Amino acid sequence: MEILNALALFTNFVGLPALAYGSQLALGALGVTLIYAVLRFTFFAHGDLMAFGTMVVVLATWGLQAMGVGLGPLPTALLALPAGIAAAAGFTLLSDRWVFAFYRRQKAKPVVFMIASVGVMFLLNGIVRIVIGPDDQRFADGERFLFTVGDFRDWSGLDEGVAFRSTQALTIVAAVIAMAALFWFLQRTRMGKAMRAYSDEEDLALLSGVDPAKVVRTAWILAAALATLAGVLYGLDKSFKPFTYFQLLLPIFASAILGGIGNPVGAVVGAYIVAFSEVMVTYAYRKFAGYLLPEGAMPEGLLQLLSTDYKFAVSFVILVVVLLARPTGIFRGKVI
Amino acid sequence: MSVLIGETMTGGYGGADILHGCTIAVEAGEIAVIVGPNGAGKSTAMKALFGMLPLRQGQVRLRGRDITALSPQDRVKAGMGFVPQVRNVFASMTVEENLEMGAFLREDDFRETMEMVYGLFPILREKRRQPAGQLSGGQRQQVAVGRALMTRPEVLMLDEPTAGVSPIVMDELFDKIIEIAAAGIAILMVEQNARQALNIADRGYVLAQGRNHFTDTGEALMANPEVRRSFLGG
Repeated sequence: MEILNALALFTNFVGLPALAYGSQLALGALGVTLIYAVLRFTFFAHGDLMAFGTMVVVLATWGLQAMGVGLGPLPTALLALPAGIAAAAGFTLLSDRWVFAFYRRQKAKPVVFMIASVGVMFLLNGIVRIVIGPDDQRFADGERFLFTVGDFRDWSGLDEGVAFRSTQALTIVAAVIAMAALFWFLQRTRMGKAMRAYSDEEDLALLSGVDPAKVVRTAWILAAALATLAGVLYGLDKSFKPFTYFQLLLPIFASAILGGIGNPVGAVVGAYIVAFSEVMVTYAYRKFAGYLLPEGAMPEGLLQLLSTDYKFAVSFVILVVVLLARPTGIFRGKVI
Repeated sequence: MSVLIGETMTGGYGGADILHGCTIAVEAGEIAVIVGPNGAGKSTAMKALFGMLPLRQGQVRLRGRDITALSPQDRVKAGMGFVPQVRNVFASMTVEENLEMGAFLREDDFRETMEMVYGLFPILREKRRQPAGQLSGGQRQQVAVGRALMTRPEVLMLDEPTAGVSPIVMDELFDKIIEIAAAGIAILMVEQNARQALNIADRGYVLAQGRNHFTDTGEALMANPEVRRSFLGG
């Protein structure tokens, strides 16, 4: 019984939150990895692209709510998602035409692209703050819980409960569907294969008749769609605040690099490792240990390795260790 | 009439010319080999024929049609196949996907061509689900040649196909190349292993300093004492 209580506690405060957070990171990291695979630079504006797409979704959601349109138990934001994706894709395509295409013609080094993407990041940063402001915005509606702590307690008879929030469930389901669709696209379709070939050997792909403009365009659209989806799911699960999205860049990069940048499977695996590390390191284990340790063996203190304020340090440490010890990442991606 | 001819080609990478009035031609079903010392312009001549080097003078014609202004991609469409010396397979993609990428430009059903490639290189059929990057050097070269054959080219150009493979694998590859030529495809290759290459060549070009030094049948070049002394090491 004690072990089951400990397990329920752990699931509620570590398992489910980390799974949802990992899914959000995975979608973000997939976008970063796709851009890296095709355009060969690290896209620093990804966090702010997430914020931009989500901002459009938030505005559209408010509009729909004002008109009284909703999805019942599901959040209205899902209905507004296509608008956000279209806006984000439009933005990436324009920024590619006005900024990155120029450097491609110059055959600039990857570091130049990266710095240019920092510029795009500041631009997005400003746009989002001008349009919606720097504050926290809530746009979640619909059913809040799949089941609550109380439901779980009644059902299981345990002292500890597990709550499964509908946004967590939605995040996990949406992420799994999006990832399955992406992998199907990359493995099975003509365009997906062309993208992989282009990423593998650019010159040989050109020789084979792959149109580089189409590949680049597709990569931007996919990255924008993934970023918007990730941003909306994160916003529904927590809340929408532009600065938080900018900060997500670090765990997203850590995920992509840990898994092996340029490798989509790696991005997903890396994201869940980063998410679980972050949540597990910042969780206070006092109550958890109380169930497992014999009476009287309980140590003083919260049993928390790191305060949640320092959660980004976890990603940072992962990033530094991977770059020092195994720069290709788990799945042998490319070296930055 | 030659299937492919580069006539009095002169050009370089922007600075000084590397090729000086060099002429290379190949007939259907024939194997032509370009040999010569390092820096003679062998690979450069190949690139010029394939449109990867701007020509200041001269002309490249495919079946009599002037293709000097075409991009490499358009030359592939026009019926030329090219196997680069390095980075010639998609390492993370399976053997079959590599062949599919070779046929990327084709709109029609290419299964027959794929069967032909598998017939030519049976080992590739066995390994068709494996990433090309996991294959041995010789097998990778087979993938590279197979990929280039997927567009059913009239001319197949190979840049040092036997670089870095063992002598046994080299013999095997040359056997396959003879087989491909026997099917009516014109073969043009640059080779470091000059002796072995000239052995199977219908026509050999000995280049030096970007100029045609000797042009003759492979046999005659092998018998020519000057060629032997200067270029084949006695």
